[in-house]
Amino acid sequence: MLRQTGNLFALGLDIVRGLFQRPFQFREFIQQSWFIASVTILPTALVAIPFGAVISLQFGSLARQLGAQSYTGAGSVLATVQQASPLVTALLVAGAGGSAVCADIGARTIREEIDAMEVLGVSAVQRLIVPRTLAMMLVALLLNGMVSVIGVLGGYFFNVVLQGGTPGAYLASFSALAQLPDLWVGELKALIFGFIAAVVAAYRGLHPAGGPKGVGDAVNQSVVITFLLLFVVNFVITLIYLQVVPGKLD
Amino acid sequence: MGAEVVVEGLTKSFGKQAIWRDVTLTLPPGEVSAMLGPSGTGKSVFLKSMIGLLKPERGRCVINGVDIVTCSEHKLYEIRKLFGVLFQDGALFGSMNLYDNVAFPLREHTKKSETEIRRIVFEKLEMTGLAGAEKKLPGEISGGMRKRAGLARALVLDPQIILVDEPDSGLDPVRTAYISQLLIDLNTQIDATILIVSHNINLARTVPDNLGMLFRKELVMFGPREVLLTSDEPVVEQFLNGRKRGPIGMSEEKDTATMAREEAEAAAGHHDGSPQEDVRGVVPQMQPSPGLPERAGERRRKDRVMRILHTLPPAAQEGIIESLSPEDQRRYNVHPHLVAHHARPNEFGEAVPNQHHGQLPTEQIARIPGAQPPRPGPYGPPREQGPGGR
Repeated sequence: MLRQTGNLFALGLDIVRGLFQRPFQFREFIQQSWFIASVTILPTALVAIPFGAVISLQFGSLARQLGAQSYTGAGSVLATVQQASPLVTALLVAGAGGSAVCADIGARTIREEIDAMEVLGVSAVQRLIVPRTLAMMLVALLLNGMVSVIGVLGGYFFNVVLQGGTPGAYLASFSALAQLPDLWVGELKALIFGFIAAVVAAYRGLHPAGGPKGVGDAVNQSVVITFLLLFVVNFVITLIYLQVVPGKLD
Repeated sequence: MGAEVVVEGLTKSFGKQAIWRDVTLTLPPGEVSAMLGPSGTGKSVFLKSMIGLLKPERGRCVINGVDIVTCSEHKLYEIRKLFGVLFQDGALFGSMNLYDNVAFPLREHTKKSETEIRRIVFEKLEMTGLAGAEKKLPGEISGGMRKRAGLARALVLDPQIILVDEPDSGLDPVRTAYISQLLIDLNTQIDATILIVSHNINLARTVPDNLGMLFRKELVMFGPREVLLTSDEPVVEQFLNGRKRGPIGMSEEKDTATMAREEAEAAAGHHDGSPQEDVRGVVPQMQPSPGLPERAGERRRKDRVMRILHTLPPAAQEGIIESLSPEDQRRYNVHPHLVAHHARPNEFGEAVPNQHHGQLPTEQIARIPGAQPPRPGPYGPPREQGPGGR
């Protein structure tokens, strides 16, 4: 367990070091970005709409009971931008992107392609993993933006159409609670999530236990490990953020 | 000439399970060596340890003065460029076609233009008989073709050392013979050091210059092919003859009770279907294809072996001397059936006085002529200068 953790960190460091080594594999980066985006965009959008709706419904009804209808928009924007969108991004990046990367690398490992590459004097981390990590980070960043927009739109739709809220009040309170640093921290989280998901996927992919069945297990484990890590990291970052950046009403 | 590989006291284990320990051997530069051993004795692990894919716990593996067990990662990537490795299944990149696969090392490591890459790639594909298949993906071709494509890819950087993991696995005997011939021709053309890991007896008897065998987590022996081919070691005898009777069991080792029972059964007349005849003994070695020059590694090996002849077991000495052509026997001043032959001056004798230094009595040392006698190659006269040549 301790050894695995250590190896995971070592791989993470190798990847960071690989980021600065030339030549950068630009082609691989573009291809992987496209690939990861193509497997994640649609599911993310489909998850984001109900997610925004649920937050909006929940917060809307709560606000009405407390007599704070005018803050409905403010609350759902805050919740969506700060928490929901990085988490949705994390789930999709780990579940769709990470599993695809892990399966790809795992298949290459058991076909001895990785060994062959290393033997040809090409670092597999630099050639394959670094472009994938960057691609995951880029896609996570963009997905986060997309989820924020779709989530807020979904919230607006449900609040205005289904709960009878007033469009003007919803829009006017947009910036009552939410502030720009909320968006920045959301994007920062997405970047970190993308990195962690890529490192875990690559690590499990490079070390599948025993044969083709091992690849399946590795993919499964990579998703589970990534989820666990991401939720913990999300908690830590949120905690620090709330301590460091004062709320708007304070 | 290929690089020399010196392995000293190499030990590898996975967790508590030792794979092999204290393996010490030297792959002589430019010669073809083969490592035999029953399945599961860590032959492939040995091969992977030699290129730094696995880290042995102890020992050294020195190539061109660099110990790849302890050297830095940067050095390791550098030294790996000297290697060409053929994996069991070819290990081609599944997402690239054969052309891109073979071109991969050139694109990664050289600044050659695309036209030059094209020339080299087609040359290597031609060499391995894959011309016309360059557009195919690895998934669309047969196992034999994948193997040959893997070999072509291993060759594009003109390696000094070629490691081959089971060239025969999944191939029929005829294709195995062709691959073997390819390896020998390659050694002739680029003079690389070659190590073949295999358990194919026919290949082991006819292809390599040197033979080694791994068993019971140890290197049983390593040396000139004649030593292993004439060995009386029970493991070697059993393995070469493919018998069930002997120390090798289904799961690596046999216990003494099983061995004794089998002996008793055999004595009682039970025939277990194992081949009867003994194939041990020195058989003629595979020669380069007609049209190629003499193999430099073979010449060097002959000199080297004759220098250490007196240290080899008598059966091996006899085998070596008998396999020499009459003119070589004259050249080294040795005769069959007369191992500790009394040295007589011969036509080259005076040319090599300093070869006789050492503690051994003169008559035990084989002679190495210092000057190479003019020898027409076995395949036609030396190339002649055309009329009006430079």
